[in-house]
Parts: sequence; C-alpha cells; structure tokens
Amino acid sequence: MALNPGDFEYISKIVRGQSAIVLEKGKEYLVEARLTPLVASENLGSIAELAQQMRKDISGKLIAKVVEAMTTNETSFFRDIHPFEVLKNTVIPELIQKRESQKRLNIWCGASSSGQEPYTLAMLIRENFPQLKNWKLDFMASDISTEMQKRCQDGIYSQLEINRGLPAMLMVKYFQRSGAQWQIKPELRQMINFKILNLSGHWPLMPKMDLVMMRNVLIYFDVPTKKVILQKIRENMQPDGYVFLGAAETTLNLDVKYERMNFKQSGCYRIKEG
Amino acid sequence: MRALVIDDSRAIRLILGQVMKKLGFEVVDAGDGQQALDKLKSDGPFDIALVDWNMPVMNGYDFVVNARKDPQYNDMRLMMVTTETEMAQVVKALEAGANEYVMKPFTKEMIAEKLSLLGLSIE
Repeated sequence: MALNPGDFEYISKIVRGQSAIVLEKGKEYLVEARLTPLVASENLGSIAELAQQMRKDISGKLIAKVVEAMTTNETSFFRDIHPFEVLKNTVIPELIQKRESQKRLNIWCGASSSGQEPYTLAMLIRENFPQLKNWKLDFMASDISTEMQKRCQDGIYSQLEINRGLPAMLMVKYFQRSGAQWQIKPELRQMINFKILNLSGHWPLMPKMDLVMMRNVLIYFDVPTKKVILQKIRENMQPDGYVFLGAAETTLNLDVKYERMNFKQSGCYRIKEG
Repeated sequence: MRALVIDDSRAIRLILGQVMKKLGFEVVDAGDGQQALDKLKSDGPFDIALVDWNMPVMNGYDFVVNARKDPQYNDMRLMMVTTETEMAQVVKALEAGANEYVMKPFTKEMIAEKLSLLGLSIE
C-alpha cells in the first residue's frame, strides 16, 4: 500500500505530537505496515484515504486509533514473555545437551530493530546458562537499517524504553546510566555481532544456525518473498535447530517443511524430519 | 485480583487506579505510606501494591521496608512507581524488598508488561 510523502509527513507529525515517537524519512514502510490493518478495519481504500479522514476527524477518535496502531507494537524487552519462557525452559537446555561435544551455538536474530530482542536473549543466556561462557557462542543480530545497527551496537535506551518489559533486577545488573539515558554494559554488548542484512536481498555466508529469531518481521513482506525467506532460513539452519516467528505468524501455505512446536503462544518451529 | 495504589497525588491515584481497573484489578488507594499500612490491615489482602516514593508522613521506601517486616505480606508484590530514576534508588528499593520498579511517566502497556513479569497478568 503506497504512501505519498505529504501523507507520511502529516501522519508523522500527528504521531510525534501525541506519542513522542519520531518517524523519520525512511520509516514509510513502518507506517504502511502498521496502518494497513487499520485501513481495512475502517473500510477505507488506502492510507491516503485514511490521512484524508484524519484531517476531518474532529472527535479525535480516528487519530487516537492511528496513534495506537503506530505505538502499541513498539518493541520492548522480553516482548511477549512466552517465547522467552520456552527458550529458557526447553529450547536452550535441549540445544546445550545436543551440542555438548562441540560446545558451540549459533544464534541469529534476523530483525533486531533497536536491539531489545537480542539483548533480552543475551540477558536470558547470562542469567540462566552460565556454562555457555565457556562455549563458542556465535550470536549475530541483523537489521536492514544502518541507523538501527548503530543503535544496537551503542545499546543506549531512553527511560521510556527501559520501562518496557525489562525486569528491574536485570536493569540494575546489565545497564549503566549514560546521562539521561541507559546503556547496556560492555559485557553484554560484546556478546553480539550486529550486522546490516536485507532479508529480501542477498544473504551473506553464515554458519548453520541452531536458533533463529524471526519474530514479527515476515508481515512486512509479500507472499512470494515470505516463501523465499522461510526457505533460506531452513537452508541456513541446523536440521535440529529452532526458529521463532511472531505468535500470530505461521508457515502455513508458505512452507510445508516446517512444523509448529506445541509450546504456548511461542511461534516456535523446527524443520520436519525426513 | 486486588491492588493497593499508593500515591500522594490524587491525579496519579486516579490514573493508575483506572489503569489497574482496566487490567482487571479491584483497586483500593492510599495517600501515603502510613495510610497504606493501615489499609493493608483494614482492607487486605492485596496481590500487589503500587508505591510512589516521595510522599508526606511516610514515604514509599519506608512503606516497603515496613511491609516486608511483616511475614503475612510476603506474597504481596511491591512495585515502585516513581519519579526517582537514579540507579542507586532502584537498587535501594529492590534491596528493601520491592519486586519491580517503574519510572514515571508510565503507560498502561508498561504497567501491564511489569505485571506480566510478576505473574499477575489477567488480560
């Protein structure tokens, strides 16, 4: 759903005014992804039409819906707790057991955005699996945006972000104050190799992954691209590895070679045997 | 589930109370730490207390210390909701027995996420 520059600027201004979330140029894809479901639920034909209705919205109800759609999906630490419970209680213990002889684990967060997911996983590993300190842990986190890659490397978060989903105990342990902001301590930052990677483009050579986090990112792509991405993930995974999609995402009708694991609301998949 | 909202600002008590009600809690409020200790006795038990730090009569930190002295409140979660944002203050509150810490300003999502971390999610 195309978004013209005038409407993007207008929507950005409204969202910024009401939520302090800054949508700079280059974030058109985000506005499109978040507002397309609203366009459908409001029975409108396009984002342009939505913007037109917003301009006439005296009650403020439609504007409130737009702001909510743009903000409620903002990422947070330990976003959707269930996948992290599954990782802690089942998936990582199983992988540790299986890789005991090699003492090597390859992890990839495929859409690291501003870094909350990879850092959550890093904290979870440090807290629960101290033995991995002596393993070769190849932990890659990638995002399409250069700006996001830089943000991830710096690991600096606002007070608003630090308040989102992060247990206070972990904040005390893994963050330090940096002026009015909060920065991830070097120990955790050094665990992760942040890279720029366009999932719909060329993928670099990477080790066979034991664990792939690919949550809430396929929604940004059309069906043929989703199919290609899911296939490429399989090709870059160990046969007994795991991949996590968003809880509401599925491989159904996209890739028959995955099977969904029966873990509560976790979006956990592995490659079918045989 | 039941929540005790403790803040000397009536506006914050209203807003935070509304948030907790929307999240499915029955809410009682108190305007300072001493009032809150009294309400624990008269209106308890509570699953969680949301505690401001700076209040007259008895501040939130002293409330946490006092509440944690009494074993009958062991199961009650204590969450600071405060403008105090220094790391030393966070550490101090956690050491005194607070289970979580939210820095103002807060949103409903922030509170819901913290409740979920404490196993108190209703939605």
